[in-house]
Amino acid sequence: MPEPKQPEKLIDDKGVRIDGRRLDQLRPIKLEVGILDKADGSAYIEQGKNKILVGVYGPREAHPKHIALPDRAVLRCRYRMAPFSVDERKNPAPSRREMELSKVIRESLESVVLTDLYPRTTIDVFIEVLQSDGGSRCAGITAASLALADAGIPMRELVAACAVGKIQGHMALDLSDAEDKYGEADLPVAWVPNANLVTLLQMDGILTTNEFEKGLTMALDACKTIHGMQQEALKKKYLVIKEVAEEREETEVVA
Amino acid sequence: MSFTPQLPPVAKLEQKTVIDLVANGKRIDDRAADSYRPLHIQVGLIEKANGSAQVSLGKSKVLVGIKIETGTPFPDTPDEGVLTVNAELGPLASPLFETGPPSEQAIELARVIDRGIRESKAVDMKSLVLLKGKKVQVVFVDIYILDHDGNLIDAASIAALAALASAKLLKAELKGDEVVYKPGLHPLPLNNHPVAVTFAKVGKTIVVDPVLEEEQVMNARLTVTIEKNGNICAMQKGGLSGFTQDELKAVVHLAVQKAAENRAKILAAAKG
Repeated sequence: MPEPKQPEKLIDDKGVRIDGRRLDQLRPIKLEVGILDKADGSAYIEQGKNKILVGVYGPREAHPKHIALPDRAVLRCRYRMAPFSVDERKNPAPSRREMELSKVIRESLESVVLTDLYPRTTIDVFIEVLQSDGGSRCAGITAASLALADAGIPMRELVAACAVGKIQGHMALDLSDAEDKYGEADLPVAWVPNANLVTLLQMDGILTTNEFEKGLTMALDACKTIHGMQQEALKKKYLVIKEVAEEREETEVVA
Repeated sequence: MSFTPQLPPVAKLEQKTVIDLVANGKRIDDRAADSYRPLHIQVGLIEKANGSAQVSLGKSKVLVGIKIETGTPFPDTPDEGVLTVNAELGPLASPLFETGPPSEQAIELARVIDRGIRESKAVDMKSLVLLKGKKVQVVFVDIYILDHDGNLIDAASIAALAALASAKLLKAELKGDEVVYKPGLHPLPLNNHPVAVTFAKVGKTIVVDPVLEEEQVMNARLTVTIEKNGNICAMQKGGLSGFTQDELKAVVHLAVQKAAENRAKILAAAKG
């Protein structure tokens, strides 16, 4: 697919962004839980044009055995972009970017998973970016923590993530592909709300310390919103299960 | 795939000692929470490289070599040179390092240094173009870890900047299809001087420039790279836990101050 042309302005005179959002507005987010059959837990997220599928397996026996830890489960994470997920085909070989992101995403999840309950095992998180649209590592984390919960893995709480950035001199929430590419800075953040810990923080571009502080506050506010959506998505899955169970009970009574 | 690393077994007593010291405002090597280990920078050790610098930060030792060669630009940036940063965490530097393809630690280290240089536009990429879209100069920054006693990111960042700031190259020109080098060495044009400052959260306290013993017990790590005007140009959090919002604000301000101090030392060493 040809790359879209560089927009003349990222923000118009009325302060509206190219996709019609205000500076502090998230893209539409759709979350679904438990959509894969074989995985122990799974989740799907759409955020803007991002489409990301996460599968979780475990706790299961560690392979290869030597990576097992005697006092806790090993958390393994793979962030991967499909070759067709971007404008120009991505080489399917693992890139240095994917390896770095796998590491920082794993580190963003480590503190919430109660790994010491499952020594000598692995808990595997596979994040597949089917279509990428800026902020995919954050959307991946949001979905990954849902998939972990769906797998029934004991966790302290859910992790929510969102990026902020700077476009045309303004701090803006949840950058899209074009805004990330032509903007001045990108600041992805993952947050564990009750522990009040930022567990993923990266930055590229140029920000003053004041802009950083403002951006961080915007990102954490957005993480709170996303955290609420995550809880709703989990509840929704169990409501469906409850309805199915109730229906079955009724039919059994009739029979 | 990234997985929870196996940390070397550190005696519980040693872990406790390091954590207790930090909690009481002291450190295992008698420093203040906000002070660096002794920093030594030596440039130009490798004559065959365009630029080089060896940095020792306490007992950590890093060598950076710069090679500049002609190559082709990336298709999406035909009017810019190419910058490549690579890091080698070889088995000579630590019992924790093994041979084989670059570990995720090596990739992260190289990418954090790369981000600082690239985002601050330190190397004047436009000046490296010989023929737009066809021939440019490629700057290779190769980071060699020689001895690992903690905080490799800052040692590598300092060495990379010192090596770039002291790098010299032949003036290249195109005659027809041939690249012709003119005699006489010129300094590599630099527009900015990014410096990484790394913090570790040990217990509930944050210390700058963590030594290996502190890295082995830290909850989380944060690197803030500051460019010459005091703005942030790169950040990277590492480690299994995280930072609170207030901690992050405090750390960023301290980073600006520490980066300025180290930058002065680096530029003085690169000149001398």
